[in-house]
Amino acid sequence: MSMQYKAIVIGSSAGGLNALRTLLTMLDADFKIPIIIVQHTSPSSDNYITTYLNDLCKLKVKEADEKEKIMSGYIYFAPPNFHLLVEEKFFLSLSIEERVNFARPSIDVLFETAAFTYKEKLIGIVLTGANHDGAMGLRKIKEFGGLTIVQDPKTAEVNSMPLSAIKATKVDHILSLEDIGELLISINRNFL
Amino acid sequence: MENKTDLTQDNINIEIDLFLEAIFQKYGYDFRNYGKAHIKRRLLHRMQLSKAQSISEMQYKVLYEEAFFNLILKDFSINVTEMFRDPSFYKNVREEIIPILKTYPFIKIWHAGCSSGEEVYSMAILLMEEGLYDRTQIYATDFNHQILRKAKEGIYPISKIKEFTANYQKSGGTKSFSDYYMAKYESVIFNNELKKNIIFADHNLVTDKAFAEVHMIVCRNVLIYFNKDLQNQVLKLFTASLLPGGYLCLGTKETIRFSEANIYYHTIIDNEKIFKKKLQLESTGS
Repeated sequence: MSMQYKAIVIGSSAGGLNALRTLLTMLDADFKIPIIIVQHTSPSSDNYITTYLNDLCKLKVKEADEKEKIMSGYIYFAPPNFHLLVEEKFFLSLSIEERVNFARPSIDVLFETAAFTYKEKLIGIVLTGANHDGAMGLRKIKEFGGLTIVQDPKTAEVNSMPLSAIKATKVDHILSLEDIGELLISINRNFL
Repeated sequence: MENKTDLTQDNINIEIDLFLEAIFQKYGYDFRNYGKAHIKRRLLHRMQLSKAQSISEMQYKVLYEEAFFNLILKDFSINVTEMFRDPSFYKNVREEIIPILKTYPFIKIWHAGCSSGEEVYSMAILLMEEGLYDRTQIYATDFNHQILRKAKEGIYPISKIKEFTANYQKSGGTKSFSDYYMAKYESVIFNNELKKNIIFADHNLVTDKAFAEVHMIVCRNVLIYFNKDLQNQVLKLFTASLLPGGYLCLGTKETIRFSEANIYYHTIIDNEKIFKKKLQLESTGS
């Protein structure tokens, strides 16, 4: 069965920048599936992460704008101090509502709203981090029939976020960053 | 399995539309053009807390119990704010906009969606320090009367003061921040002097009309909750309420660039989302 995935959502926290660099730089310019990311940051941080990764990646990396249409070939990041949500009809929206799991942006908020919109056509990935944000969201993705992937806790810089996600859901794949990258590349190949 | 989830999802979306319609017909509050993802999150959260089995069950509740409606109203209005939120915005207002406002004999400012008032008092402090407050009338409006009452009181938890003070300093404040409030038990209350030229009023951006012509509108992080159509509608209201040459200040992630209102404004400070209403519309093609 070949599945047409329409989006990938990724959540990362402590250690996330290194992990994201490893994973995202593996993807070539022909990678078709849009990627939407929540990386926990301090509320006052600037756009350093997106600038840095945009220089290194072959795909376009940018901070999500409010009501922006989700496009193939792009990697979107939640802006610091805003929740990032996926709306019906596949565009992005922002919110400053209360922190969720002590975090704004929260991974759960992105994952849950993405699951509502993309249903089984979504891939959810939880990477390194020191809390449990993303666990409930990944469960939601699984409930809707999406593909769930967690970074192997043994390979994560901080393992509590992957461990929490694995505990909350029967995830489909537990892999190293390199293997996650290979899997995404092969899924994208089927997509073409 | 998958079909059942799909069916439930489709039903939930219908139920949400009906729920919003019920609130509009019964109470006159119109959330039908709010961003759906946001509304859905808040409703599913409320459903869990109130142990309701479905949105339809909540619809019955919201029609027959006004207390429950007030809860929903609170759920839908985001009241996360702080004093001098985004200090660089206030710094830019102080350095770039105030000198121009000073050239008017009297100015009017509208804080639309003022929530619990922190940003209104921030502006009042700034105006006072710049010697402009006595010539200013501030209208601070929100659709949520419960939160408006809080704004009027100007009482905030003392635990917030450290953050407020840091923001104030970063925004270019020229005094000691503690001059502006009195600490009492676990709270601080802001000076009455700051309140004397502020009118707090109930106003709904979605259903109410323009009520004044003003020199500056501050509406930060409100439009993000609206869909495109509603954003256009509210921006039209703002354009109608601004004097030519007046300033429109939006949240850091909001813009008019892709809206119908764009033609009426110049961008003054792009990063801070400060726009200036044109004196007149330029002829097309220029």
